[in-house]
Amino acid sequence: MAVATISQHNKGHLSWRKFVNALMLRLCTLGAVLAVVVLGLVLYFLVSRGITALTPHFFTATPNHDNEKAGGMAQSIFGTLVLLFIASCIGLPFGILGGIYQVESRGKFASTVRFLTDVLNGIPSIVIGIFVYAVAVAPVAKMHPGSGFSAQAGGLALGIMMIPTVMRTTEEILRLVPFSMTEASLGLGATRWRTMWSVVLPAARGGIITGVMLALARIAGETAPLLFTILGNEYFSTHPGRVLGFHTQVPTLNAPIDALPLRIYNYAMGVDPDQQHLAWAGALVLILMILIFSIAARSATRNKFMEEK
Amino acid sequence: MAASGVDLSRSSSFGVRYGDKIYSLITFLAAVSIFVIIVTIAWNLAAASKDSINHFGFKYVTGSDWDETRDVYNILPFIFGTLYSSLIALLLAVPVSVGAAIFLSELAPKWIRTPMTFLIELLAAIPSVVYGLWGIFVMIPWLKTYIMQPISKSPTHNFFLFQGQAIGPSMLAAGVVLAIMVTPFITAITRDILRAIPRAQREGSYALGATQWETISQVVLPYAKSGIIGAIILGLGRALGETMAVTMVIGNQSANNGVSWSLFSPGYTMSSALANKFNEAPPGLNLSALIEIGFVLFIVAIVVNMFARLLVRYTAKDLQGR
Repeated sequence: MAVATISQHNKGHLSWRKFVNALMLRLCTLGAVLAVVVLGLVLYFLVSRGITALTPHFFTATPNHDNEKAGGMAQSIFGTLVLLFIASCIGLPFGILGGIYQVESRGKFASTVRFLTDVLNGIPSIVIGIFVYAVAVAPVAKMHPGSGFSAQAGGLALGIMMIPTVMRTTEEILRLVPFSMTEASLGLGATRWRTMWSVVLPAARGGIITGVMLALARIAGETAPLLFTILGNEYFSTHPGRVLGFHTQVPTLNAPIDALPLRIYNYAMGVDPDQQHLAWAGALVLILMILIFSIAARSATRNKFMEEK
Repeated sequence: MAASGVDLSRSSSFGVRYGDKIYSLITFLAAVSIFVIIVTIAWNLAAASKDSINHFGFKYVTGSDWDETRDVYNILPFIFGTLYSSLIALLLAVPVSVGAAIFLSELAPKWIRTPMTFLIELLAAIPSVVYGLWGIFVMIPWLKTYIMQPISKSPTHNFFLFQGQAIGPSMLAAGVVLAIMVTPFITAITRDILRAIPRAQREGSYALGATQWETISQVVLPYAKSGIIGAIILGLGRALGETMAVTMVIGNQSANNGVSWSLFSPGYTMSSALANKFNEAPPGLNLSALIEIGFVLFIVAIVVNMFARLLVRYTAKDLQGR
């Protein structure tokens, strides 16, 4: 009798446990599915609403406020590329060299730097924007009223955001290069910098390019730091200049410039349905741009050390 | 001997002799730049918001008036909005992302794991402004029609969370968008932590007759607890500072110039107030008070991130140590 109750009780308990098990595992699966569904919803609306406004003159024309449909975002795409270039000039040297430092030196200071890199990575982009406003925009505006907002300020803000990302990925990639290669090079009498330059960096090249691309993908869509630094405009901010001896138009760095995410924001917050339509197209182009960076990043990682990761 | 030594040093180039010193100096300076940037940000924000700090003192964060006409600037409603929207976001995002992380690390077969991880990473790569755009034109109309209006019409509309008109842009909308944005972030970190837990722990639990869920809930999750809390706090750090998407969907109005618990009422967060008011602000006390918002956000972000990173780091160390 007693045995029967126990086994019956156990049976009930067991089926309850099995039920809970199945339920909770399904709920976890549901969580993952939900995340993917949301992604699908975002991408679906992006493509379905953006594609109709994606005409050739979207890429060649500047905004046309008499007929919004005939306008484009050429100057915004141009501005974003200029900003990415300036940001790279700041972010890459600091990021890559700093990453090298973290690999070369072990010790308390190196790990503190690593920790602070993570912390800097977590500082909201709008704070970086307001900081650059305080150091690069406000002082200029004080000296020459009416100026101040500039491409170089925006590039500085994005460059600062790039440093920690590039630094961390560079460090992680360099650590994947087998130490025996460094040892072999040092053993042959090469100096440390020669070892890094001729042995370790070439081996890690693909991975570093990946890190750079991912950093570019991340900052290409940043809007908040640009609100206070570049102002935006509706024409190509260029002036005649010389590049490698050729007379050509070069980007004006000390004047306001436009950027794709900023233009999307302004159009999305506006009331004109045609502008909103253009905002969708702009968002689609922005995503495609980011996707290109990400795919470039992935294809750059076809490297013998990285495949194991 | 001596002659050959002289010979060697003569043949060695500048690069061999001084290269390593220059090399270590340059890389050191690049690494120190991180430190310099953080200190410079703190210093400059404090200097630029000096007027406001001196003028309002501590009342800046406890008062609820933001009035350009009287030149009085206190940010309690903004702080409340930031905390409230982030709380909503975490309540929605944590179950989903911990569930998704469990799925990715424990349940998913390999062929589904890799593409799904990629898709969730893609969710993190979508820029804030695109979420904002999607939020305004897709999510808010949907929330309004299928969630907010039915609740407003039902007898529960006097419940403190559902008071006010269902106009669309609201705390709820901000919370949902933030939840979408922090989910991939929390998922990725949690998954990494779960995968670092030794197999032997799980095997031991199975050997005692536990079901898979019992293993996960009573062995795996407690083992990873502090790391997961760290991941959630990192997500919180993201949510606190997120600007564009929130600015676009939260409505940017203070409810009765104060604090409202209603999910349906529009609000402000610190960053959305900054983004909204900045370009119209005249120099002087107003601008200084706005920059102080940035300063407060900076301090909050530093504290939250340091705490979370330490938690994640010590968990990881703990896991590797065993």
